[in-house]
Amino acid sequence: MNYIQLDPHLHEGGRTANRLKRIWNTPSLLVGSIMFAVLIILAVFIPYLSPYSPTEQNLSAFLQPPSAAHWLGTDQLGRDLFTRLIYAARTDLKIMVLAEIIPFCTGVFLGMLAGYYGKWLDAAISLLTDTFIAFPFYLIVIIVAFASGAGERGIYITFMLVGWIVFARVVRGLSASFRKQEWVASAQTLGLPGVRIILRHLLPNVLPQAVVVLMTDMVGLLVAIVTLGYLGIGITPPTPDWGTMISDGQPFITTAWWLSAVPGFAVVYTGIALSLVGDGLADIWRKK
Amino acid sequence: MMSTHPVLEIEALSLAAKSNEALVHNVSFSLGKGETLGLVGESGSGKSLTLRAILGLLPRGVTQTGGVIKSGARSAMVFQDPRGALDPLCPVVKQLAEVVYYRQQVSRKASRMIALELLERLGLPDSLQRSDRYPSQLSGGQCQRIVIAMALACKPGILLCDEPTTALDVTVQRQIIETITSLQQELGFAMVFVTHNLAIAANLCSRLYVMKAGEIVEHGDTLDLLQHPSDPYTQMLIDSVLPLPELEGGRMNG
Repeated sequence: MNYIQLDPHLHEGGRTANRLKRIWNTPSLLVGSIMFAVLIILAVFIPYLSPYSPTEQNLSAFLQPPSAAHWLGTDQLGRDLFTRLIYAARTDLKIMVLAEIIPFCTGVFLGMLAGYYGKWLDAAISLLTDTFIAFPFYLIVIIVAFASGAGERGIYITFMLVGWIVFARVVRGLSASFRKQEWVASAQTLGLPGVRIILRHLLPNVLPQAVVVLMTDMVGLLVAIVTLGYLGIGITPPTPDWGTMISDGQPFITTAWWLSAVPGFAVVYTGIALSLVGDGLADIWRKK
Repeated sequence: MMSTHPVLEIEALSLAAKSNEALVHNVSFSLGKGETLGLVGESGSGKSLTLRAILGLLPRGVTQTGGVIKSGARSAMVFQDPRGALDPLCPVVKQLAEVVYYRQQVSRKASRMIALELLERLGLPDSLQRSDRYPSQLSGGQCQRIVIAMALACKPGILLCDEPTTALDVTVQRQIIETITSLQQELGFAMVFVTHNLAIAANLCSRLYVMKAGEIVEHGDTLDLLQHPSDPYTQMLIDSVLPLPELEGGRMNG
């Protein structure tokens, strides 16, 4: 993992125009944001854009190929695939963002504590993260998801338990390296309370890197949500979800391959968008 | 010139790494009120560690294995690398005001006023009073003045200077030294000055302690010590200072 060295001129002037120019000069961020924005806009406005319901069945028009009426065709229950695809984006992206909030905060916080205070606290947190890392990620996810029951709630619980690890590890390493820098020692000798140093000085310094990791991690989380849906322990039908859509289309893979391929493509599309945003943010924050 | 009431007394201080490797051994000195004492020696001789021990800020893995540090006054430290001693993502005025707020127990608003007064006292330009100046936008000398201001905000009785001019341009070094001495005359704090620059040490300090490999090999009155060194290591340090070549008559590029 490359550490981000913050560009010292980042704050120069602090003009909005300057910021916009930087974004304009970072094509990965620009393209990624546009790709993601398109998806979000579609997801928000889909009830007004599509005449079809995502769940209502129309058995007289099942497994239709793409046409003017049904842009991506219909599934085995006659539901419009495009409509379901975008409604599924609503479900999956909402869960992706919500499920990441608490792990992000706990991970960053615990990482800072471990890196800053060190000693037994660091040993305890590191032991915990290393133990989790030693297990195959999906094994834990599937076990916890099974234990907490299928559905949205299960996903939130699962990622609250395992999602913070990534952030804790990265932020711990960063905090430990910042701690060795003189300004932390300086702040300590000058008598600033530890909490103040952590929240006001350490946090702004570790946050950019943590946000970049967040972007990559969200891709992984999305894939995990979709995988759980595919395995039948994630989102439960009839709520549209890319994972269940892939698995529903599987029996028809030889005759109507797009039923599975299109939601798969949606996952890839979102993944690329988020990765580009993450790369772009890292570029902007990295010292040139 | 020994003072009757030392503000800082160190007796037989020993520091060691976790592996029991001695880093500082049996270091003793005392510092009178308003006095300036110099710790000189090569890098790695334990000068900085001794300072950190006084502050109670030993790096991880280093422990005090013996000796007593008796301090009768608050101490504050001026670091070697001024830019490294400031949070890169926090405006300098804010950092200074923050120290004032915590050390002088005043309101946020008053702390900012005091911070601005300190900036003025240290001869920093008015443009720095704008709250959006970050350390990276300041010169090394300006950063060092901010660091000194932060140390002074603690109202120290003892100022610990860890090679405060080493990282600066030579032209700025003198200004910083002059700033420190004039502040000392005005505020009357005692000073422990760590340096490997004998010229600076000779100018500032009344007494010198020469350190080598974690031990004090020689100490005494500055002029005496420099004129009649008894330890070969002190002699070596003195010999290592390059004299300016004879300028008159000689040609610079021969």
